[in-house]
Amino acid sequence: MLSVAILIACALICCALALNTWRLIIGPTTPDRIIAVDTMYINSIALIILLGLHQGSAIYYESALLIALLGFVSTSAFCKYLLRGDIIE
Amino acid sequence: MTVFLEVVISVLLVFGSIVMLIGSIGLAKLPDYFTRLHAPTKASTLGCASILIASMIFFSVQLGHVSLKEMLISMFLLITAPVAAHMLAKAGLHYKVKMADSTKNQHLAKKAYLQQHPDDK
Amino acid sequence: MDKLRKFVWFPTPYHSVLLWLVWQILHDFSRGHMVLGAVFAIVIPWIVAPLNEKEAVAKKPIKAVMYLFRLLIDIVASNYDVAKRVLQSNRGLKPAFIAVPLDIKELLPLTIFTSSVSLTPGTVSVELSDDRTWLYVHVLHLEDEQELINLIKDRYEAPLKEIFGC
Repeated sequence: MLSVAILIACALICCALALNTWRLIIGPTTPDRIIAVDTMYINSIALIILLGLHQGSAIYYESALLIALLGFVSTSAFCKYLLRGDIIE
Repeated sequence: MTVFLEVVISVLLVFGSIVMLIGSIGLAKLPDYFTRLHAPTKASTLGCASILIASMIFFSVQLGHVSLKEMLISMFLLITAPVAAHMLAKAGLHYKVKMADSTKNQHLAKKAYLQQHPDDK
Repeated sequence: MDKLRKFVWFPTPYHSVLLWLVWQILHDFSRGHMVLGAVFAIVIPWIVAPLNEKEAVAKKPIKAVMYLFRLLIDIVASNYDVAKRVLQSNRGLKPAFIAVPLDIKELLPLTIFTSSVSLTPGTVSVELSDDRTWLYVHVLHLEDEQELINLIKDRYEAPLKEIFGC
């Protein structure tokens, strides 16, 4: 039962990632594309956790934590770039 | 692993992924930038948290001792998601993204924009 | 020259406890790491104490925990709301901007307040006015402006004012 649930969850999150990619490609403005990337990294955290559950090993947790940290930093760097035209002042 | 725990983990996984899918559908279909901002910030926090809690229960049972590591990720997401949303909204305001015509009180958006650019009339 | 500071054993007690807890969670509560974490939790605040700005401290910790739990319940409720709006047609959507008058002036409560507004009732905080008197908020679906402003003020601002005593 658990393996079926993991497969269903994987399929749903892959659909979500496909929708995000669509927004990333068509997004009319740059901020739209940044939201798409921001959502993509949160979805990929979930996907990596699901991979860890599927293989039954707890080490994937660390990569998920890294993606969470770096994703937030990169989103704020993108926003800073849009707001000021420069990342480091 | 008992059947009860397995059911709880499966329900949490499917619930979380459905919520995340709804967030992404919102991102794809809502009409303008500011409304698109709503769906991912709220849905991704809840969806990711429930998947992480499922994983926490699974590994706590499998390893035989309490492992709260996934809780850290969900707390981190809970703290950073609104901050990222606020920065994205500010960036969108600065970029003068197009708003849907049905948006009410557009003069407030203009006021907030003038807040960022005091010398810009 | 910075004038010499008086030496304090625990400059920031809450942060020390938090640091120790996070270290324990990262290492699954093993005994050696309890000692190592305690050393870090004592030494690191000494090093970073000069960087610390004076911040508002929660005067009622139990109320703060209650606030956190209510926020978690509200997140689930507002997710249900937003999901309903997303799955309906775009036609009936009434997005709007509103301006919420603020009573809180200190930075930490203000940050918590704007974050709660972003997370919960179908709203995203967009911009803060320079003198910290207005918060501009974008609403996904607006029915009644005054009612929503009152809801935000009663549900999130009033408890925060009570917790931080400002």
